[in-house]
Amino acid sequence: MEVSPVDVKVARNLNTNKNIWNTAKKFKLYYLLILPGFIYFLIFKYIPLFGVIVAFKDISPFQGIKDILTGPWVGLKHFRTFFESYYFWQILGNTLLISLYKFIFSFPAPIILALLMNEISNVKYKKVVQTVSYLPHFISLVVVAGLLTNILSTRGGLLNVIIGLFGAEPIFFLGESQYFRGVLVVSDIWKTVGWGTIIYLAAITGIDPGLYESAKIDGAGRFKQTLHITLPGIASIISIMAIMRMGTILDAGFQQVLTLYSPAVYDVADIIDTYVYRSGIEKMQYSFSTAVGLFKSVIALILVLLSNILAKKMGQEGIW
Amino acid sequence: MKKTKSESVFQVFDVILMFLLSLIFLVPFLTVLSSSFVGEAEISRRGSFILIPEVFDLSGYKVLLGSNSIIYHAYMITLFVTVVGTFLNLLFTSTLAYGLSKRDMPFRNAITIIVFITMLVSGGLIPSFLLVKYIGLYNNVWALIVPGLISVWNMILLRNFFMQIPESLEESAILDGATPIQILIKIIIPLSVPAIATIGLFYAVAHWNDWYDAFIYITDSQKLPVQNIMRNIVIGASIADLGNEGMSDSVKPPTETIKSAVIIISTLPILCVYPFIQKYFVKGIMVGSVKG
Repeated sequence: MEVSPVDVKVARNLNTNKNIWNTAKKFKLYYLLILPGFIYFLIFKYIPLFGVIVAFKDISPFQGIKDILTGPWVGLKHFRTFFESYYFWQILGNTLLISLYKFIFSFPAPIILALLMNEISNVKYKKVVQTVSYLPHFISLVVVAGLLTNILSTRGGLLNVIIGLFGAEPIFFLGESQYFRGVLVVSDIWKTVGWGTIIYLAAITGIDPGLYESAKIDGAGRFKQTLHITLPGIASIISIMAIMRMGTILDAGFQQVLTLYSPAVYDVADIIDTYVYRSGIEKMQYSFSTAVGLFKSVIALILVLLSNILAKKMGQEGIW
Repeated sequence: MKKTKSESVFQVFDVILMFLLSLIFLVPFLTVLSSSFVGEAEISRRGSFILIPEVFDLSGYKVLLGSNSIIYHAYMITLFVTVVGTFLNLLFTSTLAYGLSKRDMPFRNAITIIVFITMLVSGGLIPSFLLVKYIGLYNNVWALIVPGLISVWNMILLRNFFMQIPESLEESAILDGATPIQILIKIIIPLSVPAIATIGLFYAVAHWNDWYDAFIYITDSQKLPVQNIMRNIVIGASIADLGNEGMSDSVKPPTETIKSAVIIISTLPILCVYPFIQKYFVKGIMVGSVKG
């Protein structure tokens, strides 16, 4: 049953229902090719998607699949428990605050770095700096956590030695609530800033060189060129990145927090995802934690859709 | 156009600033490297940050690289997951991508949408965890491979690449009676080596660095990859599990020396290869940002 190009062209013209099935028949070997991947998505993505029914039941760790399907419904009980609990405002507040801090500090960092890199006239030097700045992107968050515990150690860690030079006592940065979010934001900048420059540097490369030429003739220096040509030239990419980031405001950095936090800093560090992890995987409150996770997923989906609509309104392509 | 004086000053300032910034990216690795050679005695005696130790203490590496150390076993797990996992990722991703690259296939859009939706909505941590548990993958090395078999993003990148290959190249093979799988293997894949290699690198580095899946799905320390063994040692779990029972201090909590040494041992391979593979990653995100 081969599909010849001629068949394909004929199929294009005949679009009745019956013919769709006839064409589909000709493509049966292609469907066979798709099948393994398609089944993967059904099992590993769609079954968990319908698995959120766990949030509306009472599932204990000792029950099986049958109980998930046939167990009695408890309605919104777990959602009510969550909204009424003390933790609701704490973890929602922490999630939004950490996201907001990262938005204020981590988001502009690669833009500034890209502009500074762009000004370097020695191409080779620029390449080396770029490559070095990509390094943190290639290491895992557990390694970052390891590097941080070393550098922040109260026993001869570099940072504490430096502040010791100014006469300060060593600070246990990872264990004190007032410093913890600062550590999150700074290490987030360290890990993402270099890689983040790629998209902005590409946008800068795409700016019409003629604009710079005429600006030079008009007597604009490098600084004025940056201000009046480069920045406006990448303004649209900056705004789309900002909008897309707003869509993920509930992702405060699950893995990062998970590798760095400890009970001593839960008051400022515990976010929705870490709370779901602890109540679900550690305490095995499957139904309750699924409800908390579902609450987050629903709001996150609305935010992503909104940000995409907004991006499209601004004349951008969006993510689809 | 000649540079003005203030611009030359700025250029010098910028070069120095970028140098300092590069140092900030490298310094954490250097401090860990030096503390991996500093013995406990020297830390206690000098009680400060030590860049170059007076005595190079190799005890950290000796404990970690002892003959029965779990590090070797963990490296085997990481290698297995990276090699077998990446192969299966590419197999499943390319077959799906090739099928979905056929413009005239009925239901192609519907299938693409079904796949794409999983990027927007997910069941979340617990339902996925329960699924892995019920199908018997819990505490099984395959739990590090199977649940993440296809990344939608990579699949779409590859599909877009396949769609750029002129259909005329396949026509003669179709007329000769070749099946889609033969065309994929004999024509499409050889034409797509750069794209497939790039996506293979994406998958491979993700497997190599993954600690989260093992953190969620694996409890048996004999089945943990390097990243997780490293994490356990750094957060101060006992190193009795290292299997090095001959060492008298193997029941003590790990020293700063051992913690630093394990970071170096687990990070060194990626530090060595990243300068060579980073350009493919850069290309990959450039392709990704141009929507197809």
